[in-house]
Amino acid sequence: MIERALKGNEKYWGWVGLLLLLIGVGFACYIYQLYNGLGITGMSRDISWGVYIAQFTYLVGVAASAVMLVIPKYLHNYKKYTNVVIFGEFLAIAAVTMCMLFIIVDIGQPARVLNVLLHPTPNSILFWDMIVLNGYLIINVIVGWNTLLADKKDVPSPGWVKPFIYLSIPWAASIHTVTAFLYAGLPGRHLWLTAIMAPRFLASAFASGPSLLILLLLLVKSVSKFDPGKEAIQSLAKTVCYAMIINVFFLCMEFFTAFYSNIPGHMYSLQYLFAGLHGHDRLVPWMWTSAFLAVVGIFIMLVPPLRKQTAYLVLGCASIFLSTWIDKGVGLVIGGFIPNPFETVTEYYPTFPEIAISIAIWAIGALVLTILYKIAISVREEQQMA
Amino acid sequence: MKASRREFLKLAGVSALFGLGANAAFELLTPGALEASSEVAHGAAHGEAAEGVQAATRWAMVIDVRKCILQEDCQDCVLACNSTHNIPTVGNPKEEIKWIWKDTFEHLFPDQHSQYVDEGLEGKAFPVMCNHCQYPPCVRVCPTKATFKRPDGIVMMDMHRCIGCRFCMAACPYGARSFNWRDPRKYFEGKEAMLNPEQPTRTKGVVEKCTFCPERLAKGLEPACVEACKKRKSDCLIFGNLNDPESEVRKILRKRTSIRRKPELGTQPSVFFLV
Amino acid sequence: MYDLNKILVGLAIFLLFFTFPILYGMGSAVPAPKPKLDTPEIQKLTDKKCVEDTHFMRTSHMQFLNYWRDKAVREDHRTYDSKLNGKKYDISLQNTCMKCHSNKKDFCDSCHTYASVKPYCWDCHIEPKAAKESM
Repeated sequence: MIERALKGNEKYWGWVGLLLLLIGVGFACYIYQLYNGLGITGMSRDISWGVYIAQFTYLVGVAASAVMLVIPKYLHNYKKYTNVVIFGEFLAIAAVTMCMLFIIVDIGQPARVLNVLLHPTPNSILFWDMIVLNGYLIINVIVGWNTLLADKKDVPSPGWVKPFIYLSIPWAASIHTVTAFLYAGLPGRHLWLTAIMAPRFLASAFASGPSLLILLLLLVKSVSKFDPGKEAIQSLAKTVCYAMIINVFFLCMEFFTAFYSNIPGHMYSLQYLFAGLHGHDRLVPWMWTSAFLAVVGIFIMLVPPLRKQTAYLVLGCASIFLSTWIDKGVGLVIGGFIPNPFETVTEYYPTFPEIAISIAIWAIGALVLTILYKIAISVREEQQMA
Repeated sequence: MKASRREFLKLAGVSALFGLGANAAFELLTPGALEASSEVAHGAAHGEAAEGVQAATRWAMVIDVRKCILQEDCQDCVLACNSTHNIPTVGNPKEEIKWIWKDTFEHLFPDQHSQYVDEGLEGKAFPVMCNHCQYPPCVRVCPTKATFKRPDGIVMMDMHRCIGCRFCMAACPYGARSFNWRDPRKYFEGKEAMLNPEQPTRTKGVVEKCTFCPERLAKGLEPACVEACKKRKSDCLIFGNLNDPESEVRKILRKRTSIRRKPELGTQPSVFFLV
Repeated sequence: MYDLNKILVGLAIFLLFFTFPILYGMGSAVPAPKPKLDTPEIQKLTDKKCVEDTHFMRTSHMQFLNYWRDKAVREDHRTYDSKLNGKKYDISLQNTCMKCHSNKKDFCDSCHTYASVKPYCWDCHIEPKAAKESM
């Protein structure tokens, strides 16, 4: 079916060309980073994880969100999602690919990355993260490809795919739980040392992934003859709405525990993020923007007359996507390192090469997504004509 | 029996999966059994010294804060460590590499610090290094066992294996670890004579920290910082075996009040501060 | 055949790329290197033996160094009993191997350059200062 991605109009190839350009620039920056070391980024002794790991953390959530389509369709036979699940699974593939690329560019000695396999260390959560992410990628490739192939041939999916589909449901929850465990078990970082980290991650994932998916489906509808269906999109939007409400609720819970207990260690990181600490307040505008966007997004998704209008739907989904991106990426990962173990503040800003590499990886994800979606769209278009 | 090509391929595929999975399963069920190394790596897989077995030695450091802060502007321990181990002077504090350094009570014990710390101590700097915890979070999270706990208590670094993921740096509650953001040799350009030819440097992309000088301990010497302090006759750094009731460290811990950094985290540090 | 001309041109270009390394290196074959063992430290030895015998070192010195690496760093066994001469050696690349073989350029590098091998040990391990050579 891959040959279907090789047929496209000018706009299609123009888009692919743009992505390849972004990838090329980022790749050159990565060579520069390989040669000179990670010092070319904005990371420091105090903030030892930055944009790369932030993007990784966020994208694991986006990948996990495919389960929000799989559960209704395959466990509860929700027919409205029949034509749309594939787009969720393909989004998961693109997202997991990006996750793994972000890990690789963040590693100081990438040639040694196989050491994780040569010296398996089950007590290290990073070991499990590698396993579950690769497993999730394989599951989605198997399920997505074979179900789409069956659709193309106009036959029911082969029976052996079903176990993989059912496996993908707990597996999706596991990838994001394991990623949350990377943070939630570290005794020295009080912003992360909370039992609610995994639930927060999942809620935020189920808000961010489907909202991105809605935007992508609307885009698919506008550039092709395939119509995902109004009900499918509205159901997704309702998922986004409640997931985001729960996500914001969880954040408020963090505030309560921190500030009602008045324990300095618990308060400092949130103070830094939302008010500034010891005069350092670089991230404060970001966090309040995220909060504002969250409110806007929830309001739009909650009010049916707004949610049902495409323009508002786009605004609402974009708001929630951006809000969760700031909250999880920028806020959580950077904020966890501030203040440092000595309770001083070192701030962080990414450098140009760092941003270029990140954009290149997003472009690789977009390219993978473009190719996969092109194939899926062409199959769906054929089905709709028949 | 009629076996079709499909059936054969299915069987072959499943068998291959079993074969690939066997190694991982074996490793999971008996961690470290497949490794050629001895009990050290096996103990490291559990992240801590073997339970129930009293290790023969537990190395520890006692820092006499009161004596040290009387030695104003002394950096002998830091200089000894840096020159012994070829630790570069980076200049940019964001990228600095430090195994032992001096810091104040406010920064090292932020939970203990108050407005009413005595004038003798307030603002005065004293040495700090990796705590060589008994239950080190850094060892727990390292995905390759590049950092591991030795039976004698030292949390060791294997620079050959480190992939530079910096998970250990996120896990360490004490800020004891440094990463090589660039090639450290660059900082020695023009100053190659300062390099200690008996020790390596590190390379870019790996994490490093104090290791209690195992190459010196193997020769019966004390760590470089301790020796430098003794040379000055300041006697601020006392090093020894915590499991030996007659060692210097045990004797002084019986006499003086000591504190450790962030004890509530359960890491059980091996570095004691006499305040 | 369709597009025969294009195919032939393409094939020619492909062959050119594929055989480029051979064409580029033509005429510049060099004889096998002879690593030099005449450092001052080796000359001072009465019993001119390495840690193990020459044949073993030639075939397996990298595996041997990895074994030494794991012994010293991971197991804290820092003394090695030589099977060749029964002597005990400190397990250390810089302080044992390179003390005798201090002429890295004429010893290690001569074979490595010939075989186009670039061991990255020297990113960390400090190369010995060969006698009479300035920094």
